Amino acid sequence: MKYLCLIYSDESQWPKLPKDQADTMMAEYGEFTRSIKESGHYVGGHRLEPTGTATTLRSRNGKLSTTDGPFAETKEQLGGFYLIEARDLNDAIQVASRIPGVRFGSIEVRPVAEVPANVAR
Amino acid sequence: MSRDAPDDVRETVETVYRVESRRVLATLIRLLGDFDTAEEALHDAFAAALEQWPRDGVPASPRAWLVSAGRFRAIDALRRRARFDASLGEIADRIAESTAVNEAAAEHELADDRLQLVFTCCHPALTPDAQVALTLREVCGLTTEAIAHAFLATPPTLAQRIVRAKAKIRDARIPYEVPARAELTERLAPVLHVVYLVFNEGYAASEGDALTRPDLTAEAIRLGRLLAELLPEPEVLGLLALMLLTEARHAARTSADGGVVLLDAQDRTRWDRALIREGTALVERALTTRRFGPYAVQAAIAAVHARAATASDTDWAEIAGLYDVLAELEPSPVVELNRAVAIAMRDGPAAGLARIDVLMSGGTLADYPWAHSARADLLRRLGRTSDARSAYQRALALTHQEPERQFLAGRLRELGA
Repeated sequence: MKYLCLIYSDESQWPKLPKDQADTMMAEYGEFTRSIKESGHYVGGHRLEPTGTATTLRSRNGKLSTTDGPFAETKEQLGGFYLIEARDLNDAIQVASRIPGVRFGSIEVRPVAEVPANVAR
Repeated sequence: MSRDAPDDVRETVETVYRVESRRVLATLIRLLGDFDTAEEALHDAFAAALEQWPRDGVPASPRAWLVSAGRFRAIDALRRRARFDASLGEIADRIAESTAVNEAAAEHELADDRLQLVFTCCHPALTPDAQVALTLREVCGLTTEAIAHAFLATPPTLAQRIVRAKAKIRDARIPYEVPARAELTERLAPVLHVVYLVFNEGYAASEGDALTRPDLTAEAIRLGRLLAELLPEPEVLGLLALMLLTEARHAARTSADGGVVLLDAQDRTRWDRALIREGTALVERALTTRRFGPYAVQAAIAAVHARAATASDTDWAEIAGLYDVLAELEPSPVVELNRAVAIAMRDGPAAGLARIDVLMSGGTLADYPWAHSARADLLRRLGRTSDARSAYQRALALTHQEPERQFLAGRLRELGA
């Protein structure tokens, strides 16, 4: 079963991080990614550019509106994600609890909805 | 259910239902992977028992018979419904296949699955409210109405809570398993918390006219015994001991007119000696492991009280020492309050009052009625009557439980208010 691990943190803190700490963090992410590739959990994952780069779209009555910024203003922002394959929620929690960002922000673990077998793809 | 079953077989089925149904259900949930399917299967299995046992005799292992009857009926039902929903056919095949493998290990079939079920119901991914409701429903077999009544919720609200929790277990795939050793302490915490919550709600019903709800304390103790039997971890033993030692004082805690009787005024001859012996032995077992936690320490405090023949025989030095340990393991304002009371008993009311005043100046206990009433008691003993009176009045204003209100009003009358 697939789970999406959403990594949230206060992105305004990122530029304030001293360079050596930022480097350590990047190295930890590299090591984590390598380890879940090796264990077979890894499906995909990316870091996201800050929410200032986001554009939010809505279409109502056939009219498209385009606004600057993220869908919602929150204290912690979505900063990246991993898509993993896990046996069950306990397995997914084990993996997600090793994402380095868990120490600074929060990780939301969301099961990916499965397509029922009798629905044509 | 069949009506022509002779009375004695019907009685046997009823007894088996009472004793074994939760265990059969837990195994069916594991085998079928779904609460609702398993509940239906359990129902069908007992219906089949009523039909077949009078004719064929009661099987040697009723539990194994019921598990296998429930499983086959669930597979049948899924296959029948597969005519309308093809995916159910696949599920039925998968269950049939996986249980065929299990059949080889018949012993596994008879394993006690209730422990897995407890860990599933108390999974930290579920809200605490849902954990309590689901545990009482699935592990203890209480009806939705009974749980709603106990926790002052409406049955539809409670049913909804249970439905949502089951949906999350299914959709997020919360597994049926006892956590690995490395995660055990962390995962055991919500399980023990649920049991303790159920016990506390039974022991000190948070609202209403009755002081206790014995049905809930009995359920909590039953759960505690089950856990202690299947997973004798120090804190599991500690919690069971704490519940037994508290329950031992039950009869002495309520006066003839339904009022609350505090520990120092209780008639100790009415304490249940058998429960005290059992609880004390469990405390000792937990403490000798040296891996004990807050439940075992609280149980040890209860055991010191239980040992004292009269209130004045209480070893307050030992109790104060145990509160020191507890405050270190689990610091909280309420623990500090109890520690201050123990110190007052050991070193005199002035020493305790000084601590309580420091604690309350922090503000966290300002709305806690028992902090005001403990303070009032120390003021009373120091002869500061008018201060004591206003502290009791403050406590009374904060209490919503009728027997406790009467107790505080009684204290106020004694002070001539």
